[in-house]
Amino acid sequence: MTSDALLAVRDLSVEFATPRGVVRAVREVTLEVRRGECLAIVGESGSGKSQLFLGSFGLLAARGSARGSVRFDGQQLLGADPGPLRSVRGTRVAMVFQDPMNSLTPHLTIGRQLTEVVLDRDLLGPQEARARSLEALRAVRMPDPAARLRQYPHELSGGQRQRAVLAMALMTEPDLIVADEPTTALDVTVQAQVLDVLREARDRGLALVLITHDLGVVAGIADRVAVMYSGRIVESAPVRELFAAPAHPYTAALLRSVPRLDTPLADRLASIEGQPPHPGEERPGCAFAPRCPSAMEACRSSLPRLRSAGDRSVACHLPCSGTAFAP
Amino acid sequence: MSEQLLKVRGLTVRFPMRREGLIGPRRWLTAVDAVDLEVAAGQSVGIVGESGCGKSTLARAILALVVPQGGTIEWRGQSMRLDDAAALKQMRRELQVVFQDPVGSLDPRMTIGESVAEALLALQGPQAPGAAATRVAASLREVGLDPALATRYPHELSGGQCQRAAIARAIVARPRLLVCDEAVSALDVSVQAQIVNLLDELRQRHGLALLFISHNLAVVRHLCDEVVVLYLGRVVERASREQIFAAPRHPYTRALLAAVPHPDPAQAARTGLVAMREVDAVPQSATAAVPGCAYLPRCPFAESNCRTQAPRLEDAGGGQLIACHRWRELPVAR
Repeated sequence: MTSDALLAVRDLSVEFATPRGVVRAVREVTLEVRRGECLAIVGESGSGKSQLFLGSFGLLAARGSARGSVRFDGQQLLGADPGPLRSVRGTRVAMVFQDPMNSLTPHLTIGRQLTEVVLDRDLLGPQEARARSLEALRAVRMPDPAARLRQYPHELSGGQRQRAVLAMALMTEPDLIVADEPTTALDVTVQAQVLDVLREARDRGLALVLITHDLGVVAGIADRVAVMYSGRIVESAPVRELFAAPAHPYTAALLRSVPRLDTPLADRLASIEGQPPHPGEERPGCAFAPRCPSAMEACRSSLPRLRSAGDRSVACHLPCSGTAFAP
Repeated sequence: MSEQLLKVRGLTVRFPMRREGLIGPRRWLTAVDAVDLEVAAGQSVGIVGESGCGKSTLARAILALVVPQGGTIEWRGQSMRLDDAAALKQMRRELQVVFQDPVGSLDPRMTIGESVAEALLALQGPQAPGAAATRVAASLREVGLDPALATRYPHELSGGQCQRAAIARAIVARPRLLVCDEAVSALDVSVQAQIVNLLDELRQRHGLALLFISHNLAVVRHLCDEVVVLYLGRVVERASREQIFAAPRHPYTRALLAAVPHPDPAQAARTGLVAMREVDAVPQSATAAVPGCAYLPRCPFAESNCRTQAPRLEDAGGGQLIACHRWRELPVAR
């Protein structure tokens, strides 16, 4: 663990108490994010990728609880003292969600919603807040920003709304933006524009966490990737290395199942047979074992620990060949 | 040449909008504008375009779920008549649909088996004792679901299983054409691949034709023999899979293809916003009759006659149709 991490999560677990028992959504996850870096969190629905960050920033639903350590710029956010969490959430850490319509208030103008972010926290005066909101809209390359300030969310297109939400996230000049599927609801053309904006923010030194299931998006923007399966990180690596030579069979299968424009057409798309485990399901051994083509006896009985080599790590008893982990 | 199932000519669907002022003229939003389309038995036709381009409205008009303002729809040589209930019922038996949201398209209070049986009874009337259950089980097996799941409710199943159940319901009465409206868009990539393979298998096994509406061009490339590109309700390009992905001609098709993210970091730099200008509110020209090309505000290649004359679909050879004044001059992309 290096000390220059902006966000350092250690052994974080998130659990929900349900009538049918405890559901463990996130299981002992450790990761860090540095300034000027984009970390992509990849996984299927139910893999815990969203709960990991909702848990880190105290945004869990009722009945949810987070255990472990989350340090932001050295400050512990999960401690008994709510002060550090309050001081960073919404100011130094901003979150962007998938559906821009749900992130905007329908009856307030875009200008009001942007300035509110800094006015409510007494960060800026009204004049400066207005100037900042124009600046933020320009940063996300909103066409005709001055006119947008007077408009309501329904007057904007889907892509413009998502950019307005990104502008809101930029208002406090945060150090970290956590974007949860920010482009999933958008057309490919608009998605390309939103990714451009995020890339630019990252290049200016902002740290970015991108939660997504779209490996095309990951390839285009991420520096590092962490792959989650059933609440755990099963592999993490720099983006080029992960795509060139995945170490975990799940990552490899995921990469194979993406339909592509540039490969010869096959008769069938490679798919991963079976279903991901239900989040409440407890089993000894590796959660991916029932779907894994190379699972052995040990995979079903003992849980593989996350092992590191250089800047890569993998949790698998039988990692893919072509990587430093291969037996 | 296999049997022609669907033949659409000049299909136009318009929706009324608010008047301009109290006594101003009624405004219309033209969602589908003079679209021609054919689907043959066993063929798979992809319809692509951005949200608001009219692809779902086109599907709904074909399914007789919205009333078109103009044009004709022929199903197996018979003109479709919305006022003939018996003919419509016959057509619906052969023409089924799968929607995007797998959980939302199943009744939460019905078991999977009941949902599939309901479709069978509605489309083919009362069945002999036990026959319905057999057909339901066969249909579930066909889509790769354990018939034991027939007693489960949708909330007990995963998204991928619900989508399989929705497909089982759609094929239980043995349709000839399956309309898939973003049927794999809400699924995780590993499950998406399973469903795409399933649709392909059904096509090969039963000669089921597909009208596959999607914004995911890579999936369309995998599944469809022919691709129709819609922009603001109009067909701007229509071609075989080979033509459209190897040599897209219309500037909009090129921009769409260029914006698809490459799942490879070494190639990712190639993805981008080539050949597309941004406009304020995209669908606005759908409400007004613009004389020129609808794509004009976003087109980097526009010139004067693009402003005054709407381009017609022209045959560029080999069955590739393009609605662009300048397609001959533009270099072949990629």
